[in-house]
Amino acid sequence: MPATTATRPSDELSRDQRLELFYFARLTRDIEERLALLYRQNKVVGGLYRSLGQEGESVASAYALAENDAVAALIRNLGSVIVQGIRPRAIFAQYMAKGTSPTHGRDLNLHFSHIPNGDDGPIVIGPISTLGDLVPVMAGVGLGARMRRRRLVAMTYIGDGGTSTGAFHEGMNFAAVQKLPLVVIAEDNKYAYSTPVSQQMAIPRIDQRAEAYGIPHEMVDGNDMLAVYDASKRAVDLARQGAGPSLIGVDTMRMRGHAEHDDMRYVSKPLLDAWEARDPITRYRAHLIETEVATETDLVEIEAMSRQYAEDEAGLAEADPGPDPATVADGVVAGGHFQPSVEIVRSPFRVKRGASRHTQPTVVHP
Amino acid sequence: MAVITYLNAISQALRGEMRRDENVILLGEDIAVFGGAFKVTRGFLEEFGEDRVIDTPISESGFTGAACGAAVEGLRPVVEFQFADFIACAFDQIVNYAAKNYYRWGIPMPVVFRGPSGGGFRGGPYHSQNPEAWFTHVPGLKVVQPSTPYDAKGLLAAAIRDNNPVIYFEHKHLYRRIKEDVPDEDYVVPLGVADVKRAGSSLTIVTYGAMVHESLAVAERLSGEGAECEVIDLRSLSPLDRDTFLTSVRKTSRALVVHEAQLTGGFGGEVAAIIAQEAFDVLDAPVTRVAALDVPSPFAAALEDAMLPTQEKIYAAAKEVLEY
Repeated sequence: MPATTATRPSDELSRDQRLELFYFARLTRDIEERLALLYRQNKVVGGLYRSLGQEGESVASAYALAENDAVAALIRNLGSVIVQGIRPRAIFAQYMAKGTSPTHGRDLNLHFSHIPNGDDGPIVIGPISTLGDLVPVMAGVGLGARMRRRRLVAMTYIGDGGTSTGAFHEGMNFAAVQKLPLVVIAEDNKYAYSTPVSQQMAIPRIDQRAEAYGIPHEMVDGNDMLAVYDASKRAVDLARQGAGPSLIGVDTMRMRGHAEHDDMRYVSKPLLDAWEARDPITRYRAHLIETEVATETDLVEIEAMSRQYAEDEAGLAEADPGPDPATVADGVVAGGHFQPSVEIVRSPFRVKRGASRHTQPTVVHP
Repeated sequence: MAVITYLNAISQALRGEMRRDENVILLGEDIAVFGGAFKVTRGFLEEFGEDRVIDTPISESGFTGAACGAAVEGLRPVVEFQFADFIACAFDQIVNYAAKNYYRWGIPMPVVFRGPSGGGFRGGPYHSQNPEAWFTHVPGLKVVQPSTPYDAKGLLAAAIRDNNPVIYFEHKHLYRRIKEDVPDEDYVVPLGVADVKRAGSSLTIVTYGAMVHESLAVAERLSGEGAECEVIDLRSLSPLDRDTFLTSVRKTSRALVVHEAQLTGGFGGEVAAIIAQEAFDVLDAPVTRVAALDVPSPFAAALEDAMLPTQEKIYAAAKEVLEY
């Protein structure tokens, strides 16, 4: 893809879109902060996987998608599913193993999916714990869409550690030879659990993984939301035009442990301090004020709205019941009565980002 | 009706389903231009085009995952593993992704995984295995293994129309050796229904796959000696039709379980346990298993023959059960 050009895709963003980006990033952080509180109250079941410091890249990359494109988040990409409209209550319910969660208490955190009826809404594919597997799966979503003559783009994420897997390689290579509409956001967040990037790869930049597949790639400052949006939008546009997959490397930092239990003593204080000064939300907030897109008052208002929403949604989920043990054996195979659903919501900005379209009449399923 | 081989029956089912439903696509190594290592898909590229018959890179995990993703988008992919042994490369995608999707969030995963399995033709350790028990332990997967052309065609059609991941093991040694009259038109053999391949009252032989034919030969020999065996072909291991073999054991009071895969942890253990638990009161002899030795599949004929269950071994075990 082209390097820096005179005009950037983000130049086209309206004021509402710029504010919505801020809102989504803020909401992502507020949800996680509320979850951290619930975790300390022992109400979160199992681990809490924060994306602190990485909210900007998850939000800005997914914001490049159309509303009914497909996204597959990993556990640290809460922002991407918030952008695509997953209701925060569902996230809280998942973390608290509630019977109302999108998996009815069967799986945890971001491990859930949403498949709309028809093309009206986002496709969200949940992760599984074995890393790399979603890359071939999302290549397949792209393949399926192409078969159905739908100009859909599939986006997924992979951490530096995940790019070491065979599944990642097989999926990237398959997408490349088939020229599938796939965008992979490869996050160099410096540690895979406790293992530093230097022990994951012998190349200096994570995006160089893409050279083996002969596909476009670039490295961006992952804590610069507009830079991430620009790179992602270029990749999404290429994919939608039929030009095949791209890989965006994002340079960022995981500001918490692998999960909340992990005190991260293997990370140096100076490194954390340096990245703290580059916090993506703080930087984007300052940018909005400097460019006079918003006033301090505007942003304080958005922040209050986001915090209140997270608070309200957490409260609703907290009051939800747990799953009924009598349902444990329902829906092991298809054909039963197990039909979970996730509510899709719009942000208060109600910005429309367009929808992917069919180029020919849809193939109707028999 | 026409007399066709087991291999042709598989091809017919694939072709019939692809004509019937344009969402059925094929993925696998060398299946398009070359028509598959065993020529199951010969001529498919010409009829259905490269969008629906896809030659993949050598990447079982990659194309298995891609098939699952395509299923999410509404397709019904059929994946061919060149040899069933190579399904191990895709194990994670099958057991961790495909198998658990419906239970986790109610998304059907209509993907069929075809694996040419089985030994007896000197394929060595990586072209001879019977990996069905790796998968029967995993909730959310269906596992079938036909023994005849009729069942091969009907079970494959049923597998493709099913909304779950189905692992379909086709025995290579039956491909061109077994022929029978098969209807030209489409039909299904429902998953989870066993078939009584021979009726009898002295001994129940529960088996599947290639061992159905060996067991039938033994039943014929024993019939000449005055013992009538009932040979039950499970056809489908998951879901399992327990009633058919339990009903039979209630009639014969004696059970022999036969499969080509290794003994320990093999599916026969599950069948034996069900019989022991559900029909203990009628048994006149210990439930007995005949299976391959617990060794990897060896290459040389003398070694492979020593490892595999044979008619002689089945006969000897049947005699023991009958005379207990």
